[in-house]
Amino acid sequence: MEKKVYMDYAATTPLDEKVFADMMPYFSEKYGNPSSIHSFGEDAQEGIIKARKIVADFFGAKDSEIIFTSGATEGNNAVIKGIVMSRKIWEACGGKPHIVVSDVEHDCVLESAKRVMKDGLAEVSFAPVGSDGRVSADDVQKLIQPNTVLVSVMYANNETGAIQPVQEIGRMITRENEAGNKKIYFHIDAAQAVNYLDCNADALGADLITISAHKIYGPKGVGALYARTGTPLAKFMDGGEQEFGLRAGTHNVPGIVGLGSAIAQLENYKEKNKEIGRLRDRLIDGILASVSRSALNGSRENRLPNNVNMRFEGAEGEAILIMLKDKGVAVSTGSACAAKSLSSSHVLKSMGLTDLDAHSSIRFSLGRQTAQEDIDYVISAVPGIIEKLRGVSGSFDHSTNLSQADEKGSKEEGSVFFG
Amino acid sequence: MYSKEVMDHFQNPRNMGVLNDFQAVGNVGNPVCGDMMKIYLKISDGIIEDIGFETLGCVAAIATSSMITELAKGKTLEEAEKIEFKDVEKALGSLPPVKLHCADLSVQALRKAIGEYRNTNS
Repeated sequence: MEKKVYMDYAATTPLDEKVFADMMPYFSEKYGNPSSIHSFGEDAQEGIIKARKIVADFFGAKDSEIIFTSGATEGNNAVIKGIVMSRKIWEACGGKPHIVVSDVEHDCVLESAKRVMKDGLAEVSFAPVGSDGRVSADDVQKLIQPNTVLVSVMYANNETGAIQPVQEIGRMITRENEAGNKKIYFHIDAAQAVNYLDCNADALGADLITISAHKIYGPKGVGALYARTGTPLAKFMDGGEQEFGLRAGTHNVPGIVGLGSAIAQLENYKEKNKEIGRLRDRLIDGILASVSRSALNGSRENRLPNNVNMRFEGAEGEAILIMLKDKGVAVSTGSACAAKSLSSSHVLKSMGLTDLDAHSSIRFSLGRQTAQEDIDYVISAVPGIIEKLRGVSGSFDHSTNLSQADEKGSKEEGSVFFG
Repeated sequence: MYSKEVMDHFQNPRNMGVLNDFQAVGNVGNPVCGDMMKIYLKISDGIIEDIGFETLGCVAAIATSSMITELAKGKTLEEAEKIEFKDVEKALGSLPPVKLHCADLSVQALRKAIGEYRNTNS
């Protein structure tokens, strides 16, 4: 069979076998509705209680502070919208609240923030990042206003793996709260961090943390929201009283059990994570050594051990991705060009990359099944691909003065419009 | 995501590269979407005798530039000017809607090269 190498663990991970086994009984054996009070319901409820305990322990939290969701996107929507829609919040700040999010947040945070701004529910400020893709606590602090109620900064970036100084931001917010006798809530989107970093809520100074199971070798469609006791959140799904009255809807029992199991497995992979870090460095060094005019986006320091995001001058990300696909290698572009949007990655551009540099970027993300021979296979495949694409791009390089080209090329007579 | 024809032109681009003795070049680019194209022309008796391209861009940008060089080669300037993005799309089987602008970009590059030839040879 043709060689296949999966290097897109930041997109999603395969389900852990043990997790799968733990989930199995909850499909057709313990199928009761956990809200039912008969024995079938109790069997299902037992699985949820166990999972909630595991997740709570992971955050150093109480069981009642864990709300199961469909994933980090739902959790992040629930946090951003739920805070600014909370009556308590409006009363406390005597009018429209203000929130701060970083420029490099996942779209589900950025779009939620833009939504509440558009709907007149909140003012929003965006914290910049440096060339290493990291937010600074100072920059966040400068954006804080008297009506600021929420700061949302991710733990680690999904595109660049940049680990944000969330502990520092947490401490800064605690000081602000103490000095001003007020309460700014701190939310951390930890979706990419759970595999590798400590998520104790007190150590992070976090009031809200969101995670997804499918990033940690658990099932898709389930996640959790940690909400510190007393955090005002508007109910985000109306219906029944499930999840402490915040999120109505019959529980995804197998999924929730799978999330708990996935978190329970994490501690078995501490050594493996170190090896992943070594493989990451081997990949970065191997590509830098074999491909001229290539560069790592972001720094190696404060980077998740599984993330490699590189740019290749004279080649475009999607073209590289499709050529790697032909060689059995699965990666992602830094650009969203391959998907619905044509604009380049907002994360890379926030770091100061030009459009062309951002468009020439590729994300390799490693995981538990990544072997050294996979790394070496990729290192051997990349130079030929870049060479071929540079043959096609010929005289274009990234110093090409775009004013020489007709920038309006497609727009000028672009009355041809494409719906 | 891409048709067989698109993949074929992406993997085996036709008329790739700069022409040694080109008479005109059309250089267009859309940095926001990351695609840059140059089309080189060699004209003889009003006919596109030879054509070449250089493209920095996505799969669709490379495939549409390759395809438009095939469509234009051997045609008169008047005929080549009439090539529309729909012709390029059709010749490639299909393009994802979000990539139609690549076909348009290739048309603009060709027309710009023809315009440049006319400006310098009239």
